Amino acid sequence: MGNADADHPVRAGRLPSWVINLFLIVLVAIAWPLSRLFDSQIDPYFLDLIIRIGIAIILAVSLNLINGITGQFSLGHAGFMAMGAYTCGVIAKHHAITGGASVPFFLGVTLLSGVVGALAGLLIGIPTLRLRGDYLAIATLGFGEIIYVVLTKIRSIGGCEVGGAAGLHDIPTFTNFFWVFAWGMICIVFIWRLVYSAKGKAFYAIREDEIAAAAMGVDTTFYKVTAFVIGAFFAGVAGALAATWSGNLAPGSFRFMRSVEIVVMVVLGGSGSITGSILAAAVLTWLPEQLRAVEQWRMVIYSLLLIVMMLVRPEGLLGRRELWWTRRRAIPRATATVAPP
Amino acid sequence: MALLEIVNLSVTFGGLRALCGFDFTLDAGDLAALIGPNGAGKTTAFNVVTGVYHPTAGDVRLQGRSIVGRKPFRINRLGIARTFQNIRLFAGLTVLDNVLVGFNRSPGAGFLGTVIGTPRHAREELVHQSAAMTLLETFGLDQRADDRAGALPYGDQRRLEIARALATRPRILLLDEPAAGMNPQEKVELMELIHLIQRRFGVGIWLIEHDMHLVMSIAQRITVLDHGEVIAVGAPAEIQCNPKVIEAYLGEPLTTSG
Repeated sequence: MGNADADHPVRAGRLPSWVINLFLIVLVAIAWPLSRLFDSQIDPYFLDLIIRIGIAIILAVSLNLINGITGQFSLGHAGFMAMGAYTCGVIAKHHAITGGASVPFFLGVTLLSGVVGALAGLLIGIPTLRLRGDYLAIATLGFGEIIYVVLTKIRSIGGCEVGGAAGLHDIPTFTNFFWVFAWGMICIVFIWRLVYSAKGKAFYAIREDEIAAAAMGVDTTFYKVTAFVIGAFFAGVAGALAATWSGNLAPGSFRFMRSVEIVVMVVLGGSGSITGSILAAAVLTWLPEQLRAVEQWRMVIYSLLLIVMMLVRPEGLLGRRELWWTRRRAIPRATATVAPP
Repeated sequence: MALLEIVNLSVTFGGLRALCGFDFTLDAGDLAALIGPNGAGKTTAFNVVTGVYHPTAGDVRLQGRSIVGRKPFRINRLGIARTFQNIRLFAGLTVLDNVLVGFNRSPGAGFLGTVIGTPRHAREELVHQSAAMTLLETFGLDQRADDRAGALPYGDQRRLEIARALATRPRILLLDEPAAGMNPQEKVELMELIHLIQRRFGVGIWLIEHDMHLVMSIAQRITVLDHGEVIAVGAPAEIQCNPKVIEAYLGEPLTTSG
């Protein structure tokens, strides 16, 4: 019996999770010396591409939780990213004048940026998640534009430079391959484990039918806000990484188009597929660079590719499936029946 | 004290009286039916009990405690589960995942434990999955656990909806037209299934159904609604020969003169 059209085959983990956790920690640890090597050995243009792909992956996977998995169409992801980027940028620049850079400092600042993003998500999510579909999209779009306008008006906060319309420049560049890799791993593992647990089915249930989900005892408001807050947290972190990679922030780069770019990644990869988002984020960051050879036609070809893709595979690259799910593993049967309380 | 007690319930939508002075009680192990012509207010009664609508007047009590004004998910957690007239499965999810959603509220490792992957969380996942599979076996759906719910045949979808409702471990199960669209063979199987649920899960069952053969053969007690008002309550045999019921369904008898 095939399960070609099944969404989530049962995955009774073959390996105990501590083994996987250990493996992930080792992987992240290896990234540290690797990052040093990359800084000195790799072509800066190529490294820049890798870092931007990493940041795009964090953005796409975190938006996928909101848009693809929970089904709440948000166009505010660039806004949450901006919150994190400016939090990190302002603090890092101020700190660079008063003190030196250190690993715990940077970890703290990226975490704080994520928390600021998450708080914005909470604040925006509670009122707007009562809305559905197009209305939610417009409300979150409005939030993104408000952030942009506010950022162009603020020159400084409490003696710390923010930059206003001119943007914030000369931010110390802490970000390297290690930080992007580590945060990318945390983002993917966090969201993956969350949504593919029994509890996490609630996110998908809300996407499929909110009324039925509520009738099944799912606290739909709680889950929607949770998806929004977690998504916004990682968008904030991605913003922090972007700010301390390029060293420059311009309010204009966090407008509507940025949100749309991330939405395109989620849709192209397959709404609800985490590996799909990773794939699409990589391809859609890499592709425009490859097309630089045909400079004038670059965006034309890029747009055409998107159109063709959507015509050929409207469900996205991977649809709702993940990259490596082909068949289900055996499930142990319990002897006891489900008894009422 | 009855398990479920509905007292003098009224619901109005603008000027329309959907329900008026509705009284009803249900105990564990009961099998009651709610019948009536289209638009009589049957589904409205279910929607009020499950918190989708708020009553204009009256009270709904579960073990003596009022549940009026509570959100639908709270009411489900208090022990009332339902199916829908127009099937509302999570069509894109697998059959198994549909049932797993029902285990959502069980206390567990929490978000952090889930994300870190604690052994407790791993154990729980297995317990949930095997419990869900056992439930599917009871409904003869275990072979289709990996299929997309939306791809199941109609009768299977109806049964899956009941299985999914039972996964939330209710004390009361509300079935909104469970036999709608079923063929005679599927209806016979459904009757057996409802008896099985009654025996094995000990829940109180309240169903809305238009198939009179099915209602008359399984219900212990029938309530008949017409234009939002109860016109008859009683055992199937009493309902069958109640003139008011016949009138509601067939219209007034013609008066033959001369």
